[in-house]
Amino acid sequence: MLVLFGVGYGLVTSSGSATAAQQVAPNAAQIAEGRTLFEASCASCHGNFAEGTNVAPTLIGVGAAAVNFQVGTGRMPLTANAAEGIRKPPEFNPSQIKALAAYIQDLGGGPPVPSAAQVNPAAGTYGLGQQLFVADCAACHNFVGAGGALTYGKFALPLSASTPTQIYEAMLTGPEAMPVFNDLTITPPEKRDIIAYVTQVRAQPNPGGFSLGRVGPVTEGLVAFLGLLLFLVLAALWITAKHGKAHE
Amino acid sequence: MSNPNSPDSGDTAWQEYLTGGEQTASAGGASTGGASAAGASAGGSGAADQPEETAGPRRVIGTPPPAAARTLLAPADDGGAQPLVRELPSDPDDPARAKKAELVVAACFILAMLAGFGFLVAYGIVGVGSITGAQHSNLLLGGTLSITLLLLGIGATIWVRQLMPTVELTEQRHVMASDPKDKAAFKETWDEGAETSQFVKRPIVRRSLIAATLPLGIAPIFLLRDLGPLPGKSLDTTVWRKGLRLLVYGTNRPITPAEFSSPGSIISVGPQGFLNDDDAMAKAAVIIIKFRPGEVDYAPGWRPVANKVVENWTVDNIVAYSKICTHVGCPAALYEQTTHHILCPCHQSTFDATQGARVIFGPATRPLPQLPIGVDKQGFLIATGDFAVPVGPSFWERS
Repeated sequence: MLVLFGVGYGLVTSSGSATAAQQVAPNAAQIAEGRTLFEASCASCHGNFAEGTNVAPTLIGVGAAAVNFQVGTGRMPLTANAAEGIRKPPEFNPSQIKALAAYIQDLGGGPPVPSAAQVNPAAGTYGLGQQLFVADCAACHNFVGAGGALTYGKFALPLSASTPTQIYEAMLTGPEAMPVFNDLTITPPEKRDIIAYVTQVRAQPNPGGFSLGRVGPVTEGLVAFLGLLLFLVLAALWITAKHGKAHE
Repeated sequence: MSNPNSPDSGDTAWQEYLTGGEQTASAGGASTGGASAAGASAGGSGAADQPEETAGPRRVIGTPPPAAARTLLAPADDGGAQPLVRELPSDPDDPARAKKAELVVAACFILAMLAGFGFLVAYGIVGVGSITGAQHSNLLLGGTLSITLLLLGIGATIWVRQLMPTVELTEQRHVMASDPKDKAAFKETWDEGAETSQFVKRPIVRRSLIAATLPLGIAPIFLLRDLGPLPGKSLDTTVWRKGLRLLVYGTNRPITPAEFSSPGSIISVGPQGFLNDDDAMAKAAVIIIKFRPGEVDYAPGWRPVANKVVENWTVDNIVAYSKICTHVGCPAALYEQTTHHILCPCHQSTFDATQGARVIFGPATRPLPQLPIGVDKQGFLIATGDFAVPVGPSFWERS
């Protein structure tokens, strides 16, 4: 019995430490570097101890995943307090981002950065990924991840430039207005399926030749409407046009 | 009768048109008197039968010219002047080109005919029993019909442009009002008919005739019934009932409050056993949203349509709403976890999820119905009943 328990405990702890090892592998120097960077670039809004202020939320408990997403996509530091933070070139290099993430992770825990295997699109089945994406993501992000408008100036960004890791982190942490899809509701393999769908749908050809922004039937209808209108105008011109030398 | 010799007469202008406006005009605008008699002698097309006041034969559009000479109307025999003859060119200038155009026109018409037969065949062989079948049927019927009409139009246009003479004709408008004499004659005939038919004298015949035509008049109203059948009670309820688990759409897994534990979460769910039933899911689609404690504005007691979340219908700050917009039924599932707005992408109806999905913007007039939820013995989220109010767009019979 005791042996069984010991074996079971060993399994649990080894698997636990394995997932921990996949994470950022923080060390004191990295955390200290992160803290320095935080105090220089983030603390003015988020507070000296990331406790949050009246202009920015607390970062305690958001985890390394949120930091890696927000800083890695260039949203943070914000250039302006607009309705929606937008993607731009990151202010920090990858090792600085790792340091910041390690500091925030150390501060209050939270979801870690996913491993490369967790976000490998090749390992996902995009059939299920599409089902989940259409049910829970497409409402805002459009069927092919082209993005769309929300309320009061906010908008869902297109997913065309998102890396698999960033897609995973966004689902896990729910940046800005985006809702959260934790690992118990949408499991890591299912998240990988969604990533597989989002990344492979970008590669799909556009049968008409132009993507028209891939925002669906509205643009296509508009193009068809304008095209048909032009056709009708030309047809009317043709029918009524003067022709030949008979008319002088 | 009106005097055809008068320059002021409307008939004169009409006559000028018939006899070739420009030539007549150059010969003297009012010099066309006696056209009636001349028309009878030169045209020979029954102009003599015309009452005098029409002052000339009618040219009926769509019929060939009355005589081989293509004379529309003999000119006035006016003091020995040469007869004024207007000839439309009988053949196009370039016979080879005309022959080609003729073939093109014929090809258009034959293709139009084939497409028309295609319509009939498509109607016969493509059934509309399934959604795919209906799509194919629509495409084929619409496509063949459009091609038929388009080719007819193209053929007719080429015909007109390539084969018919390009002569500009000005059609003068003649006086629209009837002649007083005609009016009087009509009145006389009318009164005479009323009298001799005894329509006035014999009320029983008149009234029974009116009665006989009444049902015919009402019949179209009865045919409106075929717009039905009315949905009856089918829109009032969904398949949700007490004890049905909420399955995550896509993964088909039941879910526990412990799993759906991150505030700001939303997920689409459906009733256990109905996820693949499109008819059921059309009404039963649900979103569940997890709030932080204190975010939700609860209503005390049981007030299903108040603008507050019904408290005993929630589990651990998890609230379930219909995913079907109450405006026209789009899936309203754009959720902003920062503002707790649920936005419908079709017409921007916006609902506040913390206040019983109250409408705060847009054309929807009712909140999204809240689904009462609880947990079963295994800890999974279940419905504890159907929606208290019908889901989706309002309808006439809605109670």
